[in-house]
Amino acid sequence: MTRPDIATLSVGDVIGQRVVTFDRAALVRYAGASGDRNPIHWSDRVAREAGLPGVIAHGMLTMGTVVNVVVDWAGDPGAVVDYQTRFTKPVEVPDPGEATIEVTGTVGALDAEAGTVRVDLAVTVDGAKVLGRAQALVRL
Amino acid sequence: MANADFEGRVYPADAPYSVGREKIREFATAVGATHPAHHDLVAARGSGYPDLVAPPTFAVVVAQRSEAQYIQDPEADIDFSRVVHADERFTHHRPIVAGDELTTVLHVDRIVSRGAISMVTTRCELYAMPQQVEVPSPEADSPGEHVATVVSTLAIRGEDA
Repeated sequence: MTRPDIATLSVGDVIGQRVVTFDRAALVRYAGASGDRNPIHWSDRVAREAGLPGVIAHGMLTMGTVVNVVVDWAGDPGAVVDYQTRFTKPVEVPDPGEATIEVTGTVGALDAEAGTVRVDLAVTVDGAKVLGRAQALVRL
Repeated sequence: MANADFEGRVYPADAPYSVGREKIREFATAVGATHPAHHDLVAARGSGYPDLVAPPTFAVVVAQRSEAQYIQDPEADIDFSRVVHADERFTHHRPIVAGDELTTVLHVDRIVSRGAISMVTTRCELYAMPQQVEVPSPEADSPGEHVATVVSTLAIRGEDA
């Protein structure tokens, strides 16, 4: 995979866009892989008792999935040296059905001397933002 | 209400977490990470890594295991059924790879309660333990090579929130 050339980038450039979906099976798979077995991610009863409308996705599943747009652009998973977000709105996952997450990565800042690019991720469900200040620092 | 007495607490380095190839593949699949360096040893080595590379958020597996020392302590007064994740940050000093033996030092950095909500910030410092037993030098006060820092904030709603 070829890596992007920092000299050709400008703040505001879109580095990638994609649509991903989560169904209940995806939540169970993430629960097993991550060890996060909090029942609000698989039991509607427990989710409602916790004041939620129903089962929600792990915030870490959303965070872990949307960064793929950055990794695939950078061409190297080890290039992501810092990655942060706030979880601003829960992602409800219906059954039957799925949640649809739209991701857009944009160059937010460039540091040619350090060789780093900050990619800002806009992450929405039905037009509403679900992650806040989602930023990945990439060393090219 | 989270017990404010825990603020500033630092836990001793915990038992090492062994990063396995199949765990990296399983986690990568769960987050839809298809880059070959997570799945294919030849591809990972071809990219200059000693083994399969963990995805950027894999360290959460190691960190949450360590955070449990604090979260599950009854004295900490954290009702896990009333917890939501507020924010998360990963800083990688070097990529995590299969074969790493990671020990974590857990810090409880901040506990702030406002009204019926407590915000609790923890910081996990992950270190790769040396592969061979070495004679410790007098200045070696670090558990190993510093690999990653994971900062996490939980919001805990009180009974009446």
